[in-house]
Amino acid sequence: MISDLDGIEQPPMANGELVFDAPWQGRVFGMARALSEAGLYSWDEFREYLIEAIAGWEREGEGDYAYYDHFLAALESLLADKGVVSPGPLEARCSEFRNRPHGHDH
Amino acid sequence: MSEHEYPTSQQSIRAEAIESLLIDKGLLTEDAVDEVIVQYNERVGPMNGAKVVARAWKDPAFKTRLLADGTSAVAEFEFSGGQVDKLVVVENTSDVHNVVVCTLCSCYPWAVLGLPPKWYKDPAYRSRIVREPRRVLEEFGVQIAAAKELCVWDSSAEIRYLVLPEPPSDSDSASEEELAARVSRDAMIGVALI
Repeated sequence: MISDLDGIEQPPMANGELVFDAPWQGRVFGMARALSEAGLYSWDEFREYLIEAIAGWEREGEGDYAYYDHFLAALESLLADKGVVSPGPLEARCSEFRNRPHGHDH
Repeated sequence: MSEHEYPTSQQSIRAEAIESLLIDKGLLTEDAVDEVIVQYNERVGPMNGAKVVARAWKDPAFKTRLLADGTSAVAEFEFSGGQVDKLVVVENTSDVHNVVVCTLCSCYPWAVLGLPPKWYKDPAYRSRIVREPRRVLEEFGVQIAAAKELCVWDSSAEIRYLVLPEPPSDSDSASEEELAARVSRDAMIGVALI
């Protein structure tokens, strides 16, 4: 499971920060694993995207390290490349959610 | 991929949007996502620790190695990926009960116990288990006799603790597998008995 991720792509657990800081981080983790278990992609494939997301952040050298930001970016890119969730529909859904009446986002 | 930089609230919306699109497509269910988290929290992680505990109960030589050097003894299992820098195993006996906390944050032997439970990082647990351990344990439903010594171990990034619970009365006749199935995560933190 999570311990398949070694090295740079390892979740921030060495300093005890394994727990999720926000509910969405747990959802993203759960989604990435569930889709892999369902056979949409292999965990190694996801790992490649995660490594690339983290490497991109390192190259730019901007902002604090936020593991689950990269985890989300990796999932988004992988799903786009697989043609499962394309950027267009995703943006549309995001804007739909952003415009919900107050109190309905979580 | 690195161009995806959003404030946290934006990310929670993106995560939710992705999840809802996947559900629309029938590729995912909310339950499947929940299940992964539950599985990791409560089953997959602690099972490793439970195997270690059960072997220590059945194999005295292993138990000696485990108490002398937890990291090396656990390495004998070759659990996938999870390597604890320094694991110290503390043994419950008829004279001593051990309980583990991380007063600073939530350091936890994740390689053998998986993700920490929510209460483990709760400020109330972290401070109260040090000040009034007997009372906190009572709230967990564990009565520790007044005569018994109670040790509270404070984890850090460098040292993680695992409690070796007292074996059940039938540990001689039960198999290692049967015993492992009975070892709970909470018992290995020291807030439950077997």
